Amino acid sequence: MSDDHDHHDGNADHELRVSKIQDGTVIDHVRGGQALNVLAILGIDGGEGEEVSVGMNVPSDRLARKDIVKVEGRELSQDEVDVLSLIAPDASINIVRDYDVVEKHRVERPAVVEGVLSCPNADCITTDGEPVTSRFEVLQDGVRCSYCGTIVREGIAELIDTN
Amino acid sequence: MRHDHLITSKQLSRADIETVLDRAAEIADDPAAVADRHANAVLGLLFFEPSTRTKMSFETAMKRLGGSVVDMGSVESSSVKKGETLADTVRVIEGYADALVLRHPKQGAAAMASEFVDVPLLNAGDGAGHHPTQTMLDLYTIRENAGLDDLTIGIMGDLKYGRTVHSLAYALTNFDTHQHFISPESLQLPREVVYDLHQQDDTQIREHEALESVLSSLDVLYVTRIQRERFPDENEYQKVAGEYQIDLETLEEASDDLTIMHPLPRVDEIAPEIDETEHAAYFEQAHNGVPVRMALLDLLLAGGESDE
Repeated sequence: MSDDHDHHDGNADHELRVSKIQDGTVIDHVRGGQALNVLAILGIDGGEGEEVSVGMNVPSDRLARKDIVKVEGRELSQDEVDVLSLIAPDASINIVRDYDVVEKHRVERPAVVEGVLSCPNADCITTDGEPVTSRFEVLQDGVRCSYCGTIVREGIAELIDTN
Repeated sequence: MRHDHLITSKQLSRADIETVLDRAAEIADDPAAVADRHANAVLGLLFFEPSTRTKMSFETAMKRLGGSVVDMGSVESSSVKKGETLADTVRVIEGYADALVLRHPKQGAAAMASEFVDVPLLNAGDGAGHHPTQTMLDLYTIRENAGLDDLTIGIMGDLKYGRTVHSLAYALTNFDTHQHFISPESLQLPREVVYDLHQQDDTQIREHEALESVLSSLDVLYVTRIQRERFPDENEYQKVAGEYQIDLETLEEASDDLTIMHPLPRVDEIAPEIDETEHAAYFEQAHNGVPVRMALLDLLLAGGESDE
């Protein structure tokens, strides 16, 4: 439990790489290297002027290396949290108001994600210009297109529909 | 049956399958009894890929129920050529017909199209995906010849691209069957299909590269064509063609009661000398397409009223 939030870390003075936020969301315990995909899923590219801090591959007790994402002025919706679970199944979500963590969630895998991923199967009807929202069932170890049945276990982040 | 559409054989329970097969058997016994059953109904045929048998079989089935068909014609002569989406096409044709039959080259096309229409939609093949009406006539033929329980079946040939194989394998998991899959390594079942088959508790599946290892144990051997058009190049096709053909000599090891099936058309997977033997059931299988599709149309047009 020592690394639930970085100000609890034993060597906080040395380890702290990203500053605390006033209001917003801290997404902690993201698997190392996935922070930018987390931002992609949330549709955050900095273009809107959001204040975003990212720590990548920082030491963690629970994960050998973790990423951490802090977004000022933005509280994640349940849908967003659900989708995050696909690439960051161990993540914890801390909602911060006035510098205090007021809510803390672990992500839960949803049964279905809609309109977030695009099917990698070039022969799938959903990639053919039809007016249809992509839909994937979430399996224990991957996702499956509800239309063509294609299963994706690795590289799910690459399927994130950024349009 | 309480389904609005027939998209994949995966959606069907054992009870659903038996309802359809029982109805098909009734119809085959006494086709005159249903000759006017859907006298005012119109079936819309939307074939985005060439097909002769499936289309003719549906057309015959609808006419023998007293109904009629409207046919979109070839893709070249339709609005699709002008860039219309499938979603729009089915919404237009839905206004002309009481049920739709769709064949389309893209996987998932029928599933998507069914979300845009209120009339029953039957999938007549979606790319490398599913072909459930073929599956139903296959099941009917197996039941007539060998029975569906305590069945040992070998499915041989192109298992990777063959949609009839995938649909059949799913459907057979509803019954007490041993399924053997015989193919060259490059044409094994897709991992999605294997994944689903393994999800079924009572299903026993095994994969083989040679028919000899299982032939003597089989009640049914289902042969499929190794399709030239699915191969990216001629060399790869030639490499595997010929390894999975059967003739009288091959069958020396087989049980006397072995039933041989094939979705047709065949090229040279089954030697013509087998046609005259008791083993051959593939023409009967093709003919069964009519009563089985009559049963499916009847059940879907009746809107589930014929529930068991």
